[in-house]
Amino acid sequence: MYSRRVSSDRQCASPHHCDSAQLTSSVNATSATEPLLSVRGVTLRYHTKDHLITATYRVSFDVLESDRFVLLGPSGCGKSTLLKAVGGYMQPVEGEMLLNGARIAEPGPDRAFVFQEFDQLLPWKTVRDNICFALTASGKLQRRDAVDRAMHYIDKVGLTKFAANFPHTLSGGMKQRVAIARAMASEPDILLMDEPFAALDALTRERMQAELLQLWEETRFTVLFVTHSIPEAIRIGNRILLLSAHPGQAKAEINCPGIDEVDAEGKPLSDRIQEMLFDRIVQQGEPENG
Amino acid sequence: MVSTSIDRPDVFHDIAGTEIDVVERPLTAWQRIYDNGAVRKTVLLVVLALIWEVYARALGNPLLFPTFTDTLAALLSAIVSLELPEAAAYTLSLLIKGYLAGLAIAGVLTAFASVSRIGADLLQTLTAMFNPLPSIALLPLALIWFGLGDASVIFVLIHAVLWAVALNTFSGFRALSPTLKMVGRNYGLSSTGYIVWILIPGAFPSILTGLKVGWAFAWRTLIAAELVFGVSSGSGGLGWYVFENKNQLLIPEVFAGLLTVILFGLFVENIVFKTIEAKTVQRWGMAS
Repeated sequence: MYSRRVSSDRQCASPHHCDSAQLTSSVNATSATEPLLSVRGVTLRYHTKDHLITATYRVSFDVLESDRFVLLGPSGCGKSTLLKAVGGYMQPVEGEMLLNGARIAEPGPDRAFVFQEFDQLLPWKTVRDNICFALTASGKLQRRDAVDRAMHYIDKVGLTKFAANFPHTLSGGMKQRVAIARAMASEPDILLMDEPFAALDALTRERMQAELLQLWEETRFTVLFVTHSIPEAIRIGNRILLLSAHPGQAKAEINCPGIDEVDAEGKPLSDRIQEMLFDRIVQQGEPENG
Repeated sequence: MVSTSIDRPDVFHDIAGTEIDVVERPLTAWQRIYDNGAVRKTVLLVVLALIWEVYARALGNPLLFPTFTDTLAALLSAIVSLELPEAAAYTLSLLIKGYLAGLAIAGVLTAFASVSRIGADLLQTLTAMFNPLPSIALLPLALIWFGLGDASVIFVLIHAVLWAVALNTFSGFRALSPTLKMVGRNYGLSSTGYIVWILIPGAFPSILTGLKVGWAFAWRTLIAAELVFGVSSGSGGLGWYVFENKNQLLIPEVFAGLLTVILFGLFVENIVFKTIEAKTVQRWGMAS
């Protein structure tokens, strides 16, 4: 257990049916288990050429073991910055981030990153060597064991035939699969995914989402997933943190059943999320812009 | 709203069993030969040699412009007498010394530049100052500093190689995609590991450009230095071979020496660097 700083926190017995006012201040109801990742009151700032920008302001959340935790928000809400901070690429100016109780200070192989960009694979290594290198570089495995494990995960993402290919010969979807395999192969404490499917075409994206869920069913990894798409958040997440735009502040943290569930008032979850994100009532039948 | 829809029926095509005459066919032998760059370039070289021969015969003045066959004969006899191979070996040994020393210094400068801002500023300022300065212009000074001999030549060679390689390597490091840099740091590599396994291969296209430019500068500088100052350094490189034969009015030998210089250039450019390129940046899909 850990102590909570905010006294106004209210336990929400059933987060499914919490109204949004309650949701804004509710925290994870299953705090009986120790959180894997704990982000507490984190404010992130970065410099551009002539501005100091606050990306997120006092954001707190806990990710538990085997969570599929989604950071959802419009562009400019600092969700990617938040993920980079968890990755250790930047330090918060306020608050702290703990992974297994230890403060996150620098990037490391215990948090494997999957980026949105297709150029995240090393072009000078084959698919297999890209994954092997991730295992041998940190001194985690010897070359021989690394090859075995790499082939296991390449098989898991269905790319066995392409193990000897160089990345530039693969399609975008295949590159992302390799990146996911690479991240999973290092068996990190947590997978950090920064809109990994955003640059894919709609059909491939659908399939990749299904595959990711399938992989999760098999290995129950913990993943922190950033997206700006409400349907993707609902599909992927079991818990969703909604962030407001510029600077990002936590608006709500809700459980997600994995489908766009319609509540007692006949309102689908996606509409409720949209209302919470943009502070406006969504009319029935209004087209979604997720 | 005015309806523009015309009543169009759905159309379905039955494509099963269509006869298509060519779906995939190997290229003809002629097409494949013509696609081979080496073959095309060899043909061009043969044509140039022919033009040379024809022109020289028409001119009929071997003191001004010897024929291709005379040059070839001079080249062969100089090779047999080991005069030319010795000169070439000497030149090459100097080149390798200067080139490697230049690379080493470039490595140190670039490493310094990539870890600190002041190092980057230093590199950029030095490059801006010295890159436009022809290396050969430094030779008189080098002769005063290091005396007549190899050291002076190696000094100017370092100058020729250093700036091109350092500048290209550094800009390659800079241009490496931020995603790849973050991936590299995610692996948990040490900082040397990060430079060796991520930065250098990632910047390899630029580094290779630097190596090529540096080689070309070095080769030209070296031949020029030998031509002009070879007498004083008392050694027998390729440039010196050309210079000496000119003094004795052995013009076919002069041409043979120049031809050797050209052939070396072609060899390094088209065989050595082409092979490196094919095995690295092209194989990795990084060639620009």
